[in-house]
Amino acid sequence: MMMPSAAGTPSLAPGARVGAVMREVIYALIPAVAVGVWWFGWGVVVNLVLAAATALAAEALMLAVRGRPVWLFLGDASALVTALLLAFAIPPLAPWWLIVFGTAFAIIAAKHLYGGLGFNPFNPAMVGYVLLLVSFPREMSTWPAAIGPGVASSPLGIQDVLSLVFSGHAGAGVTVDAVSSATPLDAVRTGVGLGHAVDAVRAGGAFGHIGGKGTEWVNLAVLGGGLWLLARRIIGWQIPLALLATLAGLSGLFHLSDPARYADPLFHLSTGASLLGAFFIATDPVSAATTPRGRLFYGAGIGAITYVIRTWGGYPDGIAFAVLLMNLAAPTIDQYTRPRLFGERSGG
Amino acid sequence: MRFARRLWRFPGGLRLAGNKAMSLATPLVEAPLPERLILPLRQHIGAPAEPRVAVGQSVRKGEILAQAREYVSAPVHAPTSGRVVAIGEHPVPHPSGLSAPCIELAPDGEDRWDDGLDVPEDPSSLPAAELRARIRAAGIVGLGGAVFPSAVKLTPGPQQVIDTLVINGVECEPYITCDDTLMQTRPRDVVEGARVLRLLVGAARCILAVEDNKPQAAQALRRALTGEAAESNEPRDGIEVMQVPTRFPAGGEKQLIRVLTGREVPRSGLPLHIGVVCLNVGTTAAVYDAVFRRRPLISRIVTVTGPGVRRPRNLLVRLGTPLSHLIEQAGGYAIERPRLTMGGPMMGLALSDDTLPITKATNCVLVEPQPAAARTLPCIRCGACVDVCPVRLLPQQLYWFAQSGQYDKARGHGVFDCIECGCCAHVCPSNIPLVQYYRNAKSEIAAAERERSRAERSRQRHEMRQLRLEREQAARKVRRRPAARPTREAGQ
Repeated sequence: MMMPSAAGTPSLAPGARVGAVMREVIYALIPAVAVGVWWFGWGVVVNLVLAAATALAAEALMLAVRGRPVWLFLGDASALVTALLLAFAIPPLAPWWLIVFGTAFAIIAAKHLYGGLGFNPFNPAMVGYVLLLVSFPREMSTWPAAIGPGVASSPLGIQDVLSLVFSGHAGAGVTVDAVSSATPLDAVRTGVGLGHAVDAVRAGGAFGHIGGKGTEWVNLAVLGGGLWLLARRIIGWQIPLALLATLAGLSGLFHLSDPARYADPLFHLSTGASLLGAFFIATDPVSAATTPRGRLFYGAGIGAITYVIRTWGGYPDGIAFAVLLMNLAAPTIDQYTRPRLFGERSGG
Repeated sequence: MRFARRLWRFPGGLRLAGNKAMSLATPLVEAPLPERLILPLRQHIGAPAEPRVAVGQSVRKGEILAQAREYVSAPVHAPTSGRVVAIGEHPVPHPSGLSAPCIELAPDGEDRWDDGLDVPEDPSSLPAAELRARIRAAGIVGLGGAVFPSAVKLTPGPQQVIDTLVINGVECEPYITCDDTLMQTRPRDVVEGARVLRLLVGAARCILAVEDNKPQAAQALRRALTGEAAESNEPRDGIEVMQVPTRFPAGGEKQLIRVLTGREVPRSGLPLHIGVVCLNVGTTAAVYDAVFRRRPLISRIVTVTGPGVRRPRNLLVRLGTPLSHLIEQAGGYAIERPRLTMGGPMMGLALSDDTLPITKATNCVLVEPQPAAARTLPCIRCGACVDVCPVRLLPQQLYWFAQSGQYDKARGHGVFDCIECGCCAHVCPSNIPLVQYYRNAKSEIAAAERERSRAERSRQRHEMRQLRLEREQAARKVRRRPAARPTREAGQ
């Protein structure tokens, strides 16, 4: 009896699971989204929906243009992860075109022009974010103040949020500027620059118990999601640990040397995109280093660059720049951190 | 010498569902003789055996059909008495799917041994050289699947000191239970074989290694070693039974040696370079047959299993039996479009045809449904493969080099160190058939190498020819010159 030809090794192959992996990343972000809505209102959701719709449309368009199977690749959900991360990084209540432009650029230029899933040397979400940050600094740094706790306590109803996003103003003369406030990282940077002590700056209204009012809770939810991904082995421990340990170590060192000028490690870990970066952005496997030891260097590099930018650089947060710079270094890191092969003499 | 009795770990590996119970439910029986046996001349690593019989000739059981002339080779014996009906090409189980020279035998049903075979013997008086000669003449090769001639392995050379002999009964691939069955049914023969082998290689220590998912096999070996009553785990006569954690591919030679001794076989070296010889339990039982009973290797235990056969089981099978005959013995196909694999689901060889014969390498015939068309996605460099690679390769990098034809880089990243265990492909979220890419890269590199050395040889030949022609021309000139001079002189 002839068998239908089956070339090569058989395997207990369970089939492609990239989509399942990406979906778990999305689930892990849901708590953070919920907490974000609780503290910052419906603008968070509007961002998400805009980014997701743009990402899927751009992905489908590019797959069709490139002659790839649209449904197969849309199913891998990687575009949605990019959209989600970018939506998190863009201020709620930002004008709609900002999100659409940033997301479309991330998917079209940073992902598909480089060959699509698996071939992009840079993290697409961070490319989109940095493009927006350097092109539209005012819009990108206008963050609404925490409203909560509780969406209901927001002065802005869903109607107001939508008209702010789509037309720039809401009823009764409410503008985005009227509800915005400086982010904690920005406030500390500006305050210390003006000669105030960190503690004095942190007595202001934008601050919470350890980080920013509201954002510290969002980041706690991010940490929870990240730990869940670790437990599910969706991500490895090397990058998050190295990143956070380096950030904490450097900030601890400087904080000890001069507590008035340098914020403490807990503040650095719980503000900005530290945790989102450590668990969700830097762990994007496509653009990260891939050797186990290389991932330690890669994470540590991001942590160090982030601290340098936050403390002495021109931007309040540095995760996005740090990730892109280390993306650039990833192939070199891989080259020099190859594991010792089984049976290979150490050093040989 | 004192040896540590602790265990070490090898890098990577996987815990796989064993699926072993199904073929262990029925006791081992001998498969009836088929109408025709097909015996490939090469069922081993090395040079093919050369036929010593003619078509039409009658042979008896155990008689040599084809002889090993090269050092690395193995003879082929008649698995039963009968008549040689053909010598020629027949499809064989090989990745290429091509045919190879085979001897076909029609059994006469009498199953009569050749003179001087199947007689008991006490090997303790035989010198080492004679033991090796017996093992070689019996056609014994590694029955774990590697089929390297055992006599070669057992001749480490005078400068190599062997301190440890490992008898490999790990059997780490899912579904396969032939070694488990062997250890449970012939534990004494395995132990007796191990005694002879330990003395032969001069090892102070012999370890019978069994994966800890086979407690009955381990217990059977312990009983055989220490006597029915005692079941202690103490070494006896330098031999001990050790259970190793169930983790694929713990049965790989290099992995097992690492687990048992903590030593790593050098990249381009052999176990004997670190003082170890490793043989499969089936091979050990075959050695017992050869030296205690004067029986050549003519049969082996084969697991016929999988969701695609009605009654999965182990069968004692004459070499050369067609697969279809075994599948009948296992109740026939249970599914419409079966997919046949020789070996296990991780490292086995997909077969195109069930007329292929059982060879010395066949430990298992796995019958599964055809898989749904596998869709692959691009590599996302997640590194899941890195975590499971037992060689500490970077499979994602190797894949990148292999699929883009950068074979030099693939080689630099150790593609030839790949043992093709399939762990990387098993965990790949993009479902990429990674091992196929590595195999392809290996064969491309080997082909390029052959091409290069052929070009080099012909260049040398050409240069030698040029040199010779020049020499001859010079010689002719020299010959002419002395002839010319006297003429001139004569003319003066």
